[in-house]
Amino acid sequence: MAQKKLVEKYGKKTNMELLRQVLLIRRFEERAAQAYGLRKIGGFCHLYIGEEAVAGGAITALDMARDYVVAAYRDHGHALAAGMDPNGVMAELYGKATGCSKGKGGSMHMFDREKHMFGGNGIVGGQIPVATGVGLKIKYKEEDGVVLGFFGDGAIHQGSFHESMNLAKIYNLPVVYICENNHYGMGTDFKRVSSVHDFSQMADAYGIEGRQVNGMDPLVVYDEMTQVLEKVRKNSTPMFLEMLTYRYKGHSMSDPAKYRSKDELQEYKDQDPVTILQKQMSEAGQLSDKEFEKLDKEIRDICAAAVKFAEESPEPELSALYEDVLIDSSSLK
Amino acid sequence: MATITMREALRQAMEEEMRRDEDVLLFGEEVAQYNGAYKVTQGLLDTFGEKRVFDTPISEEGFTGMGIGAAMAGLRPIVEWMTFNFSLMAIDQVYNNAAKNLYMSGGQMKNPIVFRGPNGPAEYLASQHSQALQSIFAHVPGLKVVAASTPYDAKGLLKSSIRDDNPVLFLEAEMMYSWKGEVPEDEYLVPIGKADVKRAGGDVTLVCYSKPTKMVLQAAEELAKEGIEAEVLDLRTIRPLDEQAIYDSVRKTNRCVVVDESWPFASVGSHIGWLVSRNCFDYLDAPVELVSGEDVPMPYNHTLELAAQPSVDKVVNAAKSVLYV
Repeated sequence: MAQKKLVEKYGKKTNMELLRQVLLIRRFEERAAQAYGLRKIGGFCHLYIGEEAVAGGAITALDMARDYVVAAYRDHGHALAAGMDPNGVMAELYGKATGCSKGKGGSMHMFDREKHMFGGNGIVGGQIPVATGVGLKIKYKEEDGVVLGFFGDGAIHQGSFHESMNLAKIYNLPVVYICENNHYGMGTDFKRVSSVHDFSQMADAYGIEGRQVNGMDPLVVYDEMTQVLEKVRKNSTPMFLEMLTYRYKGHSMSDPAKYRSKDELQEYKDQDPVTILQKQMSEAGQLSDKEFEKLDKEIRDICAAAVKFAEESPEPELSALYEDVLIDSSSLK
Repeated sequence: MATITMREALRQAMEEEMRRDEDVLLFGEEVAQYNGAYKVTQGLLDTFGEKRVFDTPISEEGFTGMGIGAAMAGLRPIVEWMTFNFSLMAIDQVYNNAAKNLYMSGGQMKNPIVFRGPNGPAEYLASQHSQALQSIFAHVPGLKVVAASTPYDAKGLLKSSIRDDNPVLFLEAEMMYSWKGEVPEDEYLVPIGKADVKRAGGDVTLVCYSKPTKMVLQAAEELAKEGIEAEVLDLRTIRPLDEQAIYDSVRKTNRCVVVDESWPFASVGSHIGWLVSRNCFDYLDAPVELVSGEDVPMPYNHTLELAAQPSVDKVVNAAKSVLYV
């Protein structure tokens, strides 16, 4: 019932935008996995398949002209949801000169300063203080933006998280800390390494409001985020959300994920974020099969074009090796 | 020219830059209400208010990363570490974010931030509170590392550091804060990356930076009593290193002693030794000597801790050894 209400509350236009986001992430990641299989992409490649509702739902609720996103290493979905060009993201995975980070960041370092996407960070929890600092800038400049700081369940035991929560609270920074609990820090079940299993409780220690959210349902995430944003903008106060979600693939492309059961995986596939939203919209009479197929075709074409763009883009010049280490300050006055 | 302490020079630099640019802010442990653990930030809270000068909890990783995030988003933070010993709690933020954000983002994310505080041996503080950590920061590309030895240089270099669009590690020293020197009334900058000949001489080049510079100048006076004219080259900046100034001096004197408080293994000093050997080989009349900190953790006992550091005697002996006298 609640979900039916949400689908009606936000209406077709918003729901289509959400569907577009989660579907774009899904299809993009499928192409990334393919390209990885063909060894076009190397190194670590952490796919977001299964978790699309989190970045898709939360970031769609933002106004990227004034808000910011800071993500961890599983960041392709956040980059796309923040409005980054799929061509630039795919080319970055390919390590090409046309990549968003000129091929020097790769999978874990998607940046777009203009679009307020501030990484992409490869050290577990390393981005959480950075998100806090973006919040400091918003507060200092007396802006009304909000920064979303994403991290996984593996990062929640890092000092960087706990220090950041305390800092954000004492300075009243407009930061929403979002723990994407996909249940496994690499191969470790979060319950094996966590003193509490409901992470939203951790916010209590810092006098911050914490909520646990169904991170498989795009509309639930979107709705929660919309409410939270209103509160954070109004009160300039940090908040903490634990999004319960699941990744269908291994931790990275090299992980066969033998530490979990097929039944468990199936349990989450039954709540698939794309399917669930499609079903909700269809039942509300907002989406026909034909409309879905049209959208899916459009998105598949975007992703195919991104692959083509990446394939055809040039390698960086060897001289790029020495570029962007430091900014030239010789004209400093 | 007024004669002021290093502490006052640093404070003037911050005060002037905060007046000049309202995006400059200062935070760290005890910088505001307590007026600084070493009183470098005295009065800045009263002058600028708590929005721009504020205390942090003892959370080095957290507030260092917070500074980096704020810098990425457009502010120009000055982050004070009470001492560089505690910077190790924040090393991931410095190494993996401040130093690499620009590169990893293909040139998009600049980080105009200054990390400053006392570095190097002090007195009676034992191993964890008395150590020279510059080699760690000089090691990673993407950072600038500045280490002045006089109030004049400190003020001009700190102002340049605050205006620089790159992350700058600004190394001070507890023992230097009360040292005095002449500083002009009018505004000036000292450029980052330019060494300074603190004493001219033709017989041997003594390369140094930060606190040991004063001691090296004393050693040069001792050598002068024996008719040896040493050139004292104060690097002022470790990175980017003014290699040309080193080579110009060594090619003139043909002999080189590097003085560095760091431990000797993989240090700033050992690196300069290699550079000089590599690039001045045909000019050298003796192998390059290194006077470093001893390769031990700093002991508490005063006699032992003094023995662990470069000294006038060690520098004089090293200079004589490269002169074969």
